[in-house]
Amino acid sequence: MKGLQTKGLNKSFGGLVVARDITLSLQPGDRTALIGPNGAGKTTFSNLITGILKPTSGQILLDGRDIGGMGEAARVRAGIAKTFQITTLFKHLSVRENIRLPILERERRALRFWHRADRDKGVEAEIEAQLSAFNLLGLADRPVQDLAYGQQRLVEMAMTLALKPRVLILDEPAAGVPSSDSHLITGAIEALPADLAVLIIEHDMKLVFQVARSIIVLVNGAILTQGTPPEIAANQQVRDLYLGAHHD
Amino acid sequence: MKLTPLTKGLLADALLIIAAVVAFYAFPYDLAFLTRIVIMAILVLSIDLILGLGGIVTLGQAALYGSGAYAAGLFAIHISGDPLLGLAVGMLAGAAIAFLSGLLLMRAEGLTLIMLSIAVALVLQEIANRARDWTGGADGMRGIRMDPILGLWRFDFIGQTGYIYVCCVLFVVLFALKVLKASPLGLMARGIHESPARMRAIGAPVYQRRLILYTLGGAIAGIAGALAAQITQLVSLEVFNFSHSAEAVIMLILGGAGKLYGAIIGTVIFMVVHHLAASVDPFNWLFIIGALVLGVVFFVPQGLLGVPTALKRLIGGGK
Ligand SMILES: Nc1ncnc2c1ncn2[C@@H]1O[C@H](COP(=O)(O)OP(=O)(O)OP(=O)(O)O)[C@@H](O)[C@H]1O
Ligand SMILES: [Mg+2]
Repeated sequence: MKGLQTKGLNKSFGGLVVARDITLSLQPGDRTALIGPNGAGKTTFSNLITGILKPTSGQILLDGRDIGGMGEAARVRAGIAKTFQITTLFKHLSVRENIRLPILERERRALRFWHRADRDKGVEAEIEAQLSAFNLLGLADRPVQDLAYGQQRLVEMAMTLALKPRVLILDEPAAGVPSSDSHLITGAIEALPADLAVLIIEHDMKLVFQVARSIIVLVNGAILTQGTPPEIAANQQVRDLYLGAHHD
Repeated sequence: MKLTPLTKGLLADALLIIAAVVAFYAFPYDLAFLTRIVIMAILVLSIDLILGLGGIVTLGQAALYGSGAYAAGLFAIHISGDPLLGLAVGMLAGAAIAFLSGLLLMRAEGLTLIMLSIAVALVLQEIANRARDWTGGADGMRGIRMDPILGLWRFDFIGQTGYIYVCCVLFVVLFALKVLKASPLGLMARGIHESPARMRAIGAPVYQRRLILYTLGGAIAGIAGALAAQITQLVSLEVFNFSHSAEAVIMLILGGAGKLYGAIIGTVIFMVVHHLAASVDPFNWLFIIGALVLGVVFFVPQGLLGVPTALKRLIGGGK
Protein backbone atom coordinates (compact mmCIF):
# COMPACT_ATOMS: atom_id res chain seq x y z
CA MET A 1 0.00 0.00 0.00
CA LYS A 2 1.55 3.28 -1.13
CA GLY A 3 1.30 6.61 0.68
CA LEU A 4 0.19 7.45 4.16
CA GLN A 5 -2.55 5.72 6.17
CA THR A 6 -3.88 6.28 9.61
CA LYS A 7 -5.94 3.61 11.33
CA GLY A 8 -8.18 4.40 14.28
CA LEU A 9 -6.01 7.26 15.49
CA ASN A 10 -6.98 8.58 18.92
CA LYS A 11 -5.42 11.31 21.01
CA SER A 12 -6.53 12.87 24.23
CA PHE A 13 -4.99 15.47 26.50
CA GLY A 14 -6.18 14.38 29.93
CA GLY A 15 -9.95 14.33 29.55
CA LEU A 16 -10.00 16.33 26.33
CA VAL A 17 -10.32 14.10 23.25
CA VAL A 18 -8.79 15.86 20.27
CA ALA A 19 -8.54 12.97 17.80
CA ARG A 20 -11.31 10.37 17.59
CA ASP A 21 -10.82 7.22 15.60
CA ILE A 22 -9.33 8.98 12.58
CA THR A 23 -8.88 6.59 9.67
CA LEU A 24 -7.79 8.06 6.40
CA SER A 25 -5.46 7.50 3.50
CA LEU A 26 -3.32 9.87 1.53
CA GLN A 27 -1.99 8.51 -1.78
CA PRO A 28 0.78 9.83 -4.00
CA GLY A 29 -0.74 12.60 -6.12
CA ASP A 30 -3.53 13.39 -3.66
CA ARG A 31 -4.43 16.99 -2.96
CA THR A 32 -6.54 16.69 0.14
CA ALA A 33 -7.74 19.57 2.27
CA LEU A 34 -8.41 19.15 5.97
CA ILE A 35 -10.91 21.74 7.13
CA GLY A 36 -12.86 22.31 10.29
CA PRO A 37 -13.56 24.94 12.93
CA ASN A 38 -10.91 26.31 15.29
CA GLY A 39 -9.90 23.73 17.83
CA ALA A 40 -11.25 20.85 15.75
CA GLY A 41 -7.93 19.05 16.08
CA LYS A 42 -6.38 19.66 12.67
CA THR A 43 -2.96 20.70 13.91
CA THR A 44 -3.03 17.90 16.46
CA PHE A 45 -3.69 15.41 13.68
CA SER A 46 -0.74 16.75 11.71
CA ASN A 47 1.44 16.53 14.82
CA LEU A 48 0.45 12.88 15.25
CA ILE A 49 1.53 12.10 11.71
CA THR A 50 4.85 13.93 11.95
CA GLY A 51 5.62 12.44 15.37
CA ILE A 52 5.58 15.67 17.35
CA LEU A 53 2.82 14.00 19.41
CA LYS A 54 2.31 10.32 20.19
CA PRO A 55 -1.19 8.97 19.68
CA THR A 56 -3.10 7.48 22.60
CA SER A 57 -3.98 4.60 20.30
CA GLY A 58 -4.07 3.74 16.62
CA GLN A 59 -1.61 3.23 13.80
CA ILE A 60 0.25 5.37 11.29
CA LEU A 61 1.58 3.64 8.18
CA LEU A 62 3.90 4.92 5.47
CA ASP A 63 3.95 2.72 2.38
CA GLY A 64 2.34 0.02 4.48
CA ARG A 65 5.00 0.16 7.20
CA ASP A 66 4.09 1.13 10.77
CA ILE A 67 6.03 4.29 11.60
CA GLY A 68 4.56 4.75 15.07
CA GLY A 69 7.88 3.92 16.69
CA MET A 70 9.86 6.40 14.63
CA GLY A 71 10.92 9.76 16.04
CA GLU A 72 10.17 13.07 14.43
CA ALA A 73 13.46 13.44 12.56
CA ALA A 74 13.34 9.85 11.30
CA ARG A 75 9.88 10.43 9.83
CA VAL A 76 11.15 13.51 8.01
CA ARG A 77 13.98 11.44 6.60
CA ALA A 78 11.43 8.83 5.56
CA GLY A 79 9.72 11.53 3.52
CA ILE A 80 7.07 13.22 5.66
CA ALA A 81 7.43 16.99 5.98
CA LYS A 82 5.22 19.72 7.34
CA THR A 83 5.01 23.46 7.62
CA PHE A 84 4.13 24.89 11.00
CA GLN A 85 0.92 26.81 11.55
CA ILE A 86 3.01 29.21 13.62
CA THR A 87 6.07 30.10 11.61
CA THR A 88 9.10 28.31 13.04
CA LEU A 89 12.33 29.47 11.46
CA PHE A 90 15.97 30.13 12.25
CA LYS A 91 15.33 33.78 13.00
CA HIS A 92 18.89 35.06 13.14
CA LEU A 93 20.05 33.15 10.08
CA SER A 94 19.68 34.61 6.62
CA VAL A 95 16.90 33.48 4.29
CA ARG A 96 19.52 31.71 2.21
CA GLU A 97 20.87 29.83 5.23
CA ASN A 98 17.34 28.87 6.27
CA ILE A 99 16.95 27.11 2.94
CA ARG A 100 20.50 25.76 2.84
CA LEU A 101 20.08 23.81 6.07
CA PRO A 102 17.18 21.57 4.99
CA ILE A 103 18.97 20.84 1.73
CA LEU A 104 22.12 19.83 3.61
CA GLU A 105 20.03 17.68 5.94
CA ARG A 106 18.22 16.05 3.04
CA GLU A 107 21.53 15.30 1.37
CA ARG A 108 22.85 13.94 4.71
CA ARG A 109 25.72 16.43 4.60
CA ALA A 110 25.00 18.41 7.74
CA LEU A 111 27.81 16.74 9.69
CA ARG A 112 30.58 17.70 7.31
CA PHE A 113 33.05 19.96 9.04
CA TRP A 114 35.93 20.10 6.59
CA HIS A 115 34.56 22.42 3.91
CA ARG A 116 32.54 25.58 3.73
CA ALA A 117 28.77 25.24 3.83
CA ASP A 118 28.20 27.72 1.01
CA ARG A 119 30.48 26.46 -1.74
CA ASP A 120 28.56 23.53 -3.24
CA LYS A 121 27.35 24.62 -6.68
CA GLY A 122 24.46 22.17 -6.79
CA VAL A 123 23.15 23.19 -3.38
CA GLU A 124 23.54 26.91 -4.11
CA ALA A 125 21.74 26.57 -7.43
CA GLU A 126 18.88 24.81 -5.70
CA ILE A 127 18.68 27.57 -3.10
CA GLU A 128 18.53 30.18 -5.86
CA ALA A 129 15.71 28.27 -7.53
CA GLN A 130 13.69 28.11 -4.30
CA LEU A 131 14.33 31.79 -3.62
CA SER A 132 13.16 32.85 -7.02
CA ALA A 133 10.11 30.59 -6.90
CA PHE A 134 8.99 32.43 -3.78
CA ASN A 135 10.09 35.88 -4.88
CA LEU A 136 12.67 36.02 -2.09
CA LEU A 137 15.83 36.72 -4.10
CA GLY A 138 16.00 40.34 -2.99
CA LEU A 139 15.85 39.32 0.67
CA ALA A 140 18.21 36.35 0.44
CA ASP A 141 20.93 37.71 2.70
CA ARG A 142 18.70 39.36 5.29
CA PRO A 143 18.17 37.68 8.65
CA VAL A 144 14.74 36.07 8.61
CA GLN A 145 13.63 38.11 11.60
CA ASP A 146 13.82 41.27 9.46
CA LEU A 147 11.16 39.92 7.08
CA ALA A 148 7.47 40.69 7.21
CA TYR A 149 5.33 37.84 8.54
CA GLY A 150 3.93 37.03 5.13
CA GLN A 151 7.41 36.71 3.71
CA GLN A 152 8.39 34.48 6.61
CA ARG A 153 5.49 32.19 5.63
CA LEU A 154 7.05 31.94 2.20
CA VAL A 155 10.41 30.99 3.73
CA GLU A 156 8.62 28.36 5.83
CA MET A 157 7.13 26.89 2.67
CA ALA A 158 10.39 27.10 0.70
CA MET A 159 12.43 25.32 3.34
CA THR A 160 9.88 22.54 3.69
CA LEU A 161 9.80 21.98 -0.05
CA ALA A 162 13.59 21.92 -0.04
CA LEU A 163 13.29 18.62 1.84
CA LYS A 164 11.70 17.09 -1.29
CA PRO A 165 9.19 15.10 0.76
CA ARG A 166 6.87 12.36 -0.48
CA VAL A 167 4.13 13.34 1.94
CA LEU A 168 3.61 17.04 2.59
CA ILE A 169 1.42 18.57 5.26
CA LEU A 170 0.76 22.28 5.01
CA ASP A 171 -0.73 23.78 8.16
CA GLU A 172 -2.52 26.96 7.08
CA PRO A 173 0.16 27.93 4.57
CA ALA A 174 -1.60 31.13 3.53
CA ALA A 175 -2.51 32.44 6.99
CA GLY A 176 -0.87 35.81 7.44
CA VAL A 177 0.30 36.09 3.85
CA PRO A 178 -0.91 39.37 2.34
CA SER A 179 -3.33 38.85 -0.55
CA SER A 180 -0.78 40.39 -2.91
CA ASP A 181 1.52 37.43 -2.19
CA SER A 182 -1.00 34.64 -1.72
CA HIS A 183 -0.70 33.68 -5.39
CA LEU A 184 2.89 32.65 -4.58
CA ILE A 185 1.56 30.08 -2.12
CA THR A 186 -1.18 28.89 -4.44
CA GLY A 187 1.30 28.80 -7.30
CA ALA A 188 3.76 26.79 -5.23
CA ILE A 189 1.09 24.28 -4.27
CA GLU A 190 -0.03 23.94 -7.87
CA ALA A 191 3.56 23.47 -8.99
CA LEU A 192 4.26 20.64 -6.52
CA PRO A 193 5.48 17.38 -8.06
CA ALA A 194 2.48 15.45 -9.36
CA ASP A 195 3.26 12.30 -7.37
CA LEU A 196 3.55 14.11 -4.03
CA ALA A 197 0.86 13.34 -1.44
CA VAL A 198 -0.37 16.67 -0.05
CA LEU A 199 -2.58 17.42 2.94
CA ILE A 200 -3.54 21.08 3.26
CA ILE A 201 -5.00 22.38 6.47
CA GLU A 202 -6.68 25.67 5.64
CA HIS A 203 -9.44 28.05 6.62
CA ASP A 204 -9.28 30.04 3.39
CA MET A 205 -12.02 28.36 1.32
CA LYS A 206 -10.98 30.09 -1.85
CA LEU A 207 -7.57 28.46 -1.63
CA VAL A 208 -9.09 25.12 -0.62
CA PHE A 209 -11.40 25.00 -3.61
CA GLN A 210 -8.62 26.12 -5.89
CA VAL A 211 -6.11 23.39 -5.03
CA ALA A 212 -7.94 20.51 -3.31
CA ARG A 213 -9.38 17.53 -5.16
CA SER A 214 -10.73 16.01 -1.98
CA ILE A 215 -11.86 17.57 1.29
CA ILE A 216 -12.05 16.08 4.77
CA VAL A 217 -14.12 17.89 7.38
CA LEU A 218 -12.93 17.47 10.95
CA VAL A 219 -15.17 18.40 13.89
CA ASN A 220 -14.34 17.78 17.54
CA GLY A 221 -11.47 15.52 16.57
CA ALA A 222 -13.59 13.24 14.38
CA ILE A 223 -14.08 13.08 10.63
CA LEU A 224 -17.54 14.47 9.92
CA THR A 225 -17.48 13.80 6.22
CA GLN A 226 -15.20 13.47 3.23
CA GLY A 227 -15.80 14.18 -0.44
CA THR A 228 -14.96 16.11 -3.57
CA PRO A 229 -15.14 19.91 -3.36
CA PRO A 230 -18.58 20.06 -5.04
CA GLU A 231 -19.93 17.38 -2.68
CA ILE A 232 -18.62 19.23 0.36
CA ALA A 233 -19.96 22.55 -0.95
CA ALA A 234 -23.37 20.97 -1.28
CA ASN A 235 -23.30 19.22 2.10
CA GLN A 236 -25.91 20.71 4.42
CA GLN A 237 -24.09 19.69 7.62
CA VAL A 238 -20.91 21.43 6.45
CA ARG A 239 -22.83 24.53 5.36
CA ASP A 240 -24.46 24.76 8.76
CA LEU A 241 -21.13 24.27 10.44
CA TYR A 242 -19.57 27.13 8.55
CA LEU A 243 -22.57 29.34 9.26
CA GLY A 244 -21.99 28.60 12.94
CA ALA A 245 -25.04 26.38 13.61
CA HIS A 246 -24.03 22.94 14.88
CA HIS A 247 -25.84 19.73 13.96
CA ASP A 248 -24.68 17.03 16.31
CA MET B 1 36.12 50.88 3.72
CA LYS B 2 34.11 47.69 3.63
CA LEU B 3 35.84 44.52 4.76
CA THR B 4 34.70 41.08 3.70
CA PRO B 5 34.37 38.52 6.51
CA LEU B 6 37.41 36.70 5.11
CA THR B 7 39.73 39.72 5.22
CA LYS B 8 38.34 40.62 8.63
CA GLY B 9 39.23 37.13 9.85
CA LEU B 10 42.74 37.28 8.39
CA LEU B 11 43.24 40.72 9.93
CA ALA B 12 42.11 39.42 13.30
CA ASP B 13 44.50 36.47 13.01
CA ALA B 14 47.38 38.77 12.14
CA LEU B 15 46.60 41.03 15.10
CA LEU B 16 46.39 38.01 17.36
CA ILE B 17 49.78 36.70 16.27
CA ILE B 18 51.34 40.16 16.63
CA ALA B 19 49.83 40.51 20.11
CA ALA B 20 51.22 37.10 21.09
CA VAL B 21 54.70 38.02 19.84
CA VAL B 22 54.65 41.47 21.44
CA ALA B 23 53.54 39.97 24.75
CA PHE B 24 56.39 37.48 24.56
CA TYR B 25 59.03 40.24 24.31
CA ALA B 26 57.28 42.85 26.44
CA PHE B 27 56.66 40.63 29.47
CA PRO B 28 59.56 38.17 29.58
CA TYR B 29 59.09 37.61 33.31
CA ASP B 30 55.35 36.99 33.11
CA LEU B 31 55.42 34.13 30.63
CA ALA B 32 53.87 31.75 33.15
CA PHE B 33 50.89 34.08 33.51
CA LEU B 34 50.62 34.63 29.76
CA THR B 35 50.69 30.87 29.27
CA ARG B 36 47.83 30.46 31.72
CA ILE B 37 45.83 33.02 29.74
CA VAL B 38 46.36 31.13 26.50
CA ILE B 39 45.36 27.80 28.04
CA MET B 40 42.26 29.42 29.50
CA ALA B 41 41.45 30.89 26.09
CA ILE B 42 41.42 27.38 24.65
CA LEU B 43 39.03 26.26 27.39
CA VAL B 44 36.79 29.26 26.71
CA LEU B 45 36.87 28.46 22.98
CA SER B 46 35.57 24.99 23.80
CA ILE B 47 32.63 26.62 25.56
CA ASP B 48 32.11 28.92 22.61
CA LEU B 49 31.61 25.86 20.43
CA ILE B 50 29.04 24.34 22.78
CA LEU B 51 27.33 27.44 24.13
CA GLY B 52 28.08 30.20 21.64
CA LEU B 53 27.47 28.15 18.52
CA GLY B 54 25.25 25.30 19.67
CA GLY B 55 23.34 27.18 22.37
CA ILE B 56 23.89 24.38 24.87
CA VAL B 57 24.11 25.99 28.30
CA THR B 58 26.22 24.04 30.79
CA LEU B 59 28.38 24.94 33.76
CA GLY B 60 30.53 21.85 33.85
CA GLN B 61 33.36 22.43 31.43
CA ALA B 62 35.80 21.76 34.28
CA ALA B 63 34.78 18.08 34.09
CA LEU B 64 36.15 17.86 30.56
CA TYR B 65 39.14 20.08 31.26
CA GLY B 66 40.06 18.09 34.37
CA SER B 67 39.71 14.77 32.57
CA GLY B 68 42.12 16.00 29.91
CA ALA B 69 44.55 17.14 32.59
CA TYR B 70 44.52 13.86 34.55
CA ALA B 71 44.70 11.75 31.38
CA ALA B 72 47.68 13.71 30.07
CA GLY B 73 49.34 13.54 33.48
CA LEU B 74 48.89 9.78 33.78
CA PHE B 75 50.07 9.28 30.24
CA ALA B 76 53.22 11.34 30.84
CA ILE B 77 54.06 9.48 34.04
CA HIS B 78 53.31 5.92 32.95
CA ILE B 79 53.66 5.76 29.19
CA SER B 80 55.42 8.57 27.41
CA GLY B 81 56.59 12.10 28.06
CA ASP B 82 55.96 13.15 24.48
CA PRO B 83 53.94 16.39 24.65
CA LEU B 84 52.00 16.00 21.41
CA LEU B 85 51.00 12.42 22.18
CA GLY B 86 49.95 13.61 25.63
CA LEU B 87 47.88 16.33 24.02
CA ALA B 88 46.12 13.76 21.88
CA VAL B 89 45.44 11.63 24.96
CA GLY B 90 44.00 14.63 26.81
CA MET B 91 41.84 15.46 23.82
CA LEU B 92 40.49 11.91 23.62
CA ALA B 93 39.85 11.85 27.37
CA GLY B 94 37.91 15.12 27.21
CA ALA B 95 35.90 13.85 24.26
CA ALA B 96 35.23 10.50 25.92
CA ILE B 97 34.00 12.05 29.16
CA ALA B 98 31.88 14.54 27.20
CA PHE B 99 30.38 11.73 25.18
CA LEU B 100 29.65 9.49 28.15
CA SER B 101 28.21 12.23 30.34
CA GLY B 102 26.53 13.75 27.29
CA LEU B 103 24.51 10.57 26.78
CA LEU B 104 22.59 11.73 29.85
CA LEU B 105 23.20 15.51 29.82
CA MET B 106 22.13 16.16 26.25
CA ARG B 107 18.65 14.82 27.04
CA ALA B 108 18.24 17.62 29.57
CA GLU B 109 17.78 21.31 29.06
CA GLY B 110 17.75 24.55 31.02
CA LEU B 111 18.30 24.43 34.75
CA THR B 112 18.35 20.63 34.82
CA LEU B 113 21.20 20.56 32.35
CA ILE B 114 23.15 23.18 34.28
CA MET B 115 22.77 21.28 37.54
CA LEU B 116 23.66 17.94 35.96
CA SER B 117 26.74 19.36 34.27
CA ILE B 118 27.95 20.78 37.59
CA ALA B 119 27.30 17.41 39.21
CA VAL B 120 29.45 15.56 36.66
CA ALA B 121 32.46 17.71 37.59
CA LEU B 122 31.84 17.09 41.28
CA VAL B 123 31.58 13.35 40.78
CA LEU B 124 34.82 13.27 38.79
CA GLN B 125 36.53 15.35 41.45
CA GLU B 126 35.48 12.85 44.07
CA ILE B 127 36.63 9.93 41.94
CA ALA B 128 40.03 11.60 41.48
CA ASN B 129 40.15 12.18 45.23
CA ARG B 130 39.43 8.50 46.01
CA ALA B 131 41.75 7.07 43.38
CA ARG B 132 44.71 8.28 45.43
CA ASP B 133 47.10 5.62 44.14
CA TRP B 134 46.72 6.89 40.61
CA THR B 135 46.01 10.57 41.03
CA GLY B 136 47.75 11.44 44.28
CA GLY B 137 44.36 12.46 45.66
CA ALA B 138 44.32 15.77 47.48
CA ASP B 139 48.12 16.03 47.26
CA GLY B 140 47.92 16.23 43.51
CA MET B 141 49.64 14.26 40.81
CA ARG B 142 53.37 14.81 40.82
CA GLY B 143 56.29 13.53 38.81
CA ILE B 144 55.13 14.64 35.39
CA ARG B 145 58.23 15.04 33.20
CA MET B 146 57.87 16.22 29.65
CA ASP B 147 60.17 15.30 26.78
CA PRO B 148 61.19 18.00 24.29
CA ILE B 149 58.50 18.90 21.76
CA LEU B 150 59.06 16.83 18.61
CA GLY B 151 62.36 15.89 20.21
CA LEU B 152 63.65 19.38 19.45
CA TRP B 153 62.46 21.95 21.96
CA ARG B 154 63.07 21.36 25.62
CA PHE B 155 60.71 23.00 28.16
CA ASP B 156 62.80 25.69 29.89
CA PHE B 157 62.20 27.00 33.39
CA ILE B 158 61.44 30.58 32.25
CA GLY B 159 58.60 29.15 30.19
CA GLN B 160 59.55 30.38 26.73
CA THR B 161 59.04 27.01 25.05
CA GLY B 162 55.84 26.50 27.01
CA TYR B 163 54.42 29.84 25.91
CA ILE B 164 55.23 29.29 22.26
CA TYR B 165 53.85 25.75 22.48
CA VAL B 166 50.48 26.80 23.92
CA CYS B 167 50.22 29.69 21.46
CA CYS B 168 50.72 27.27 18.57
CA VAL B 169 48.04 24.97 19.97
CA LEU B 170 45.70 27.96 20.39
CA PHE B 171 46.18 28.94 16.74
CA VAL B 172 45.54 25.39 15.56
CA VAL B 173 42.37 25.16 17.69
CA LEU B 174 41.19 28.57 16.51
CA PHE B 175 41.82 27.66 12.90
CA ALA B 176 39.97 24.35 13.29
CA LEU B 177 37.01 26.11 14.89
CA LYS B 178 36.92 28.73 12.15
CA VAL B 179 36.75 26.01 9.52
CA LEU B 180 34.10 24.20 11.54
CA LYS B 181 32.03 27.33 12.06
CA ALA B 182 31.81 27.99 8.33
CA SER B 183 31.09 24.33 7.52
CA PRO B 184 27.76 22.53 7.24
CA LEU B 185 28.31 21.29 10.80
CA GLY B 186 28.70 24.89 11.99
CA LEU B 187 25.50 25.92 10.24
CA MET B 188 23.79 22.89 11.76
CA ALA B 189 25.00 23.96 15.22
CA ARG B 190 23.55 27.43 14.73
CA GLY B 191 20.31 25.80 13.64
CA ILE B 192 20.20 23.79 16.88
CA HIS B 193 20.82 27.02 18.76
CA GLU B 194 18.07 28.91 16.95
CA SER B 195 15.28 26.33 16.93
CA PRO B 196 15.45 22.68 17.92
CA ALA B 197 11.82 22.28 16.81
CA ARG B 198 12.67 23.44 13.30
CA MET B 199 15.76 21.24 13.23
CA ARG B 200 13.64 18.18 13.98
CA ALA B 201 11.19 19.25 11.30
CA ILE B 202 13.96 19.23 8.70
CA GLY B 203 15.06 15.77 9.75
CA ALA B 204 17.88 16.46 12.20
CA PRO B 205 17.97 14.19 15.26
CA VAL B 206 18.60 16.97 17.77
CA TYR B 207 19.79 14.81 20.67
CA GLN B 208 22.51 13.11 18.60
CA ARG B 209 23.55 16.46 17.16
CA ARG B 210 23.87 18.02 20.58
CA LEU B 211 25.86 15.00 21.69
CA ILE B 212 28.26 15.45 18.76
CA LEU B 213 28.76 19.14 19.58
CA TYR B 214 29.28 18.42 23.25
CA THR B 215 31.84 15.72 22.42
CA LEU B 216 33.74 18.07 20.12
CA GLY B 217 33.70 20.71 22.84
CA GLY B 218 34.97 18.08 25.26
CA ALA B 219 37.88 17.31 22.95
CA ILE B 220 38.97 20.95 22.98
CA ALA B 221 38.49 21.32 26.72
CA GLY B 222 40.59 18.16 27.09
CA ILE B 223 43.37 19.77 25.06
CA ALA B 224 43.30 22.77 27.41
CA GLY B 225 43.48 20.48 30.43
CA ALA B 226 46.36 18.48 28.94
CA LEU B 227 48.30 21.68 28.28
CA ALA B 228 47.79 22.79 31.86
CA ALA B 229 49.11 19.44 33.13
CA GLN B 230 52.12 19.51 30.82
CA ILE B 231 53.09 23.13 31.53
CA THR B 232 52.67 23.11 35.30
CA GLN B 233 53.79 19.47 35.58
CA LEU B 234 51.20 19.07 38.26
CA VAL B 235 47.54 18.08 38.31
CA SER B 236 45.49 18.74 41.40
CA LEU B 237 41.85 18.20 42.30
CA GLU B 238 41.31 21.90 41.63
CA VAL B 239 41.10 21.24 37.90
CA PHE B 240 37.54 20.06 38.53
CA ASN B 241 36.59 23.17 40.50
CA PHE B 242 33.27 24.78 39.72
CA SER B 243 34.97 28.18 39.59
CA HIS B 244 36.82 27.08 36.43
CA SER B 245 33.58 26.36 34.64
CA ALA B 246 31.87 29.50 35.88
CA GLU B 247 34.75 31.88 35.17
CA ALA B 248 35.21 30.44 31.70
CA VAL B 249 31.56 31.10 30.88
CA ILE B 250 31.88 34.65 32.25
CA MET B 251 34.93 35.25 30.05
CA LEU B 252 32.97 34.10 27.03
CA ILE B 253 30.01 36.36 27.78
CA LEU B 254 32.41 39.21 28.41
CA GLY B 255 34.11 38.85 25.03
CA GLY B 256 31.03 37.89 23.05
CA ALA B 257 29.67 34.37 22.48
CA GLY B 258 29.62 32.60 19.14
CA LYS B 259 32.37 34.67 17.53
CA LEU B 260 35.54 32.73 18.52
CA TYR B 261 37.65 35.90 18.80
CA GLY B 262 35.28 37.02 21.53
CA ALA B 263 36.36 34.01 23.59
CA ILE B 264 39.99 35.08 23.31
CA ILE B 265 39.40 38.77 24.01
CA GLY B 266 37.14 37.96 26.94
CA THR B 267 39.73 35.64 28.45
CA VAL B 268 42.58 38.13 28.07
CA ILE B 269 40.60 41.01 29.56
CA PHE B 270 39.16 38.98 32.42
CA MET B 271 42.49 37.50 33.41
CA VAL B 272 44.49 40.71 33.04
CA VAL B 273 41.93 42.74 34.98
CA HIS B 274 41.80 39.99 37.58
CA HIS B 275 45.61 39.98 37.83
CA LEU B 276 45.92 43.77 38.12
CA ALA B 277 42.95 44.22 40.42
CA ALA B 278 44.15 41.43 42.68
CA SER B 279 47.59 42.99 42.98
CA VAL B 280 46.12 46.43 43.73
CA ASP B 281 43.56 45.17 46.21
CA PRO B 282 43.85 41.47 47.06
CA PHE B 283 40.54 41.49 48.95
CA ASN B 284 38.19 43.41 46.71
CA TRP B 285 39.23 42.50 43.19
CA LEU B 286 35.99 40.63 42.68
CA PHE B 287 34.13 43.95 42.79
CA ILE B 288 36.05 45.23 39.81
CA ILE B 289 35.47 42.06 37.80
CA GLY B 290 31.80 42.14 38.82
CA ALA B 291 31.44 45.76 37.71
CA LEU B 292 33.09 44.96 34.40
CA VAL B 293 30.77 42.05 33.71
CA LEU B 294 27.68 44.01 34.76
CA GLY B 295 28.70 46.90 32.52
CA VAL B 296 29.16 44.67 29.52
CA VAL B 297 25.96 42.70 30.06
CA PHE B 298 23.92 45.90 30.44
CA PHE B 299 25.47 48.07 27.74
CA VAL B 300 26.78 45.63 25.13
CA PRO B 301 24.96 42.33 25.55
CA GLN B 302 26.83 40.99 22.49
CA GLY B 303 30.07 41.23 24.49
CA LEU B 304 33.16 43.37 24.02
CA LEU B 305 33.47 42.30 20.39
CA GLY B 306 30.13 44.03 19.91
CA VAL B 307 31.47 47.36 21.15
CA PRO B 308 32.50 48.75 17.74
CA THR B 309 29.05 47.98 16.30
CA ALA B 310 27.36 49.47 19.34
CA LEU B 311 29.48 52.63 19.07
CA LYS B 312 28.74 52.94 15.37
CA ARG B 313 25.05 52.66 16.09
CA LEU B 314 25.37 55.25 18.86
CA ILE B 315 27.10 57.72 16.57
CA GLY B 316 24.58 56.90 13.90
CA GLY B 317 27.18 56.40 11.19
CA GLY B 318 26.86 52.67 10.69
CA LYS B 319 23.94 50.46 9.94
N1 LIG C 1 -0.50 20.20 24.03
C1 LIG C 1 -1.82 20.35 24.29
N2 LIG C 1 -2.30 20.15 25.53
C2 LIG C 1 -3.61 20.28 25.79
N3 LIG C 1 -4.52 20.61 24.87
C3 LIG C 1 -4.11 20.82 23.62
C4 LIG C 1 -2.73 20.72 23.25
N4 LIG C 1 -2.62 20.99 21.93
C5 LIG C 1 -3.85 21.26 21.50
N5 LIG C 1 -4.76 21.17 22.50
C6 LIG C 1 -6.18 21.35 22.37
O1 LIG C 1 -6.64 20.47 21.39
C7 LIG C 1 -7.66 21.04 20.64
C8 LIG C 1 -7.33 20.95 19.18
O2 LIG C 1 -6.28 21.85 18.90
P1 LIG C 1 -5.65 21.99 17.45
O3 LIG C 1 -4.57 22.97 17.56
O4 LIG C 1 -5.34 20.66 16.93
O5 LIG C 1 -6.86 22.62 16.64
P2 LIG C 1 -6.91 23.15 15.14
O6 LIG C 1 -7.99 22.41 14.45
O7 LIG C 1 -5.57 23.11 14.52
O8 LIG C 1 -7.37 24.65 15.35
P3 LIG C 1 -7.00 25.98 14.54
O9 LIG C 1 -7.86 26.01 13.34
O10 LIG C 1 -7.33 27.07 15.48
O11 LIG C 1 -5.56 25.90 14.24
C9 LIG C 1 -7.85 22.45 21.15
O12 LIG C 1 -8.94 22.45 22.05
C10 LIG C 1 -6.56 22.73 21.88
O13 LIG C 1 -6.77 23.62 22.93
MG1 LIG D 1 -4.27 24.46 13.85
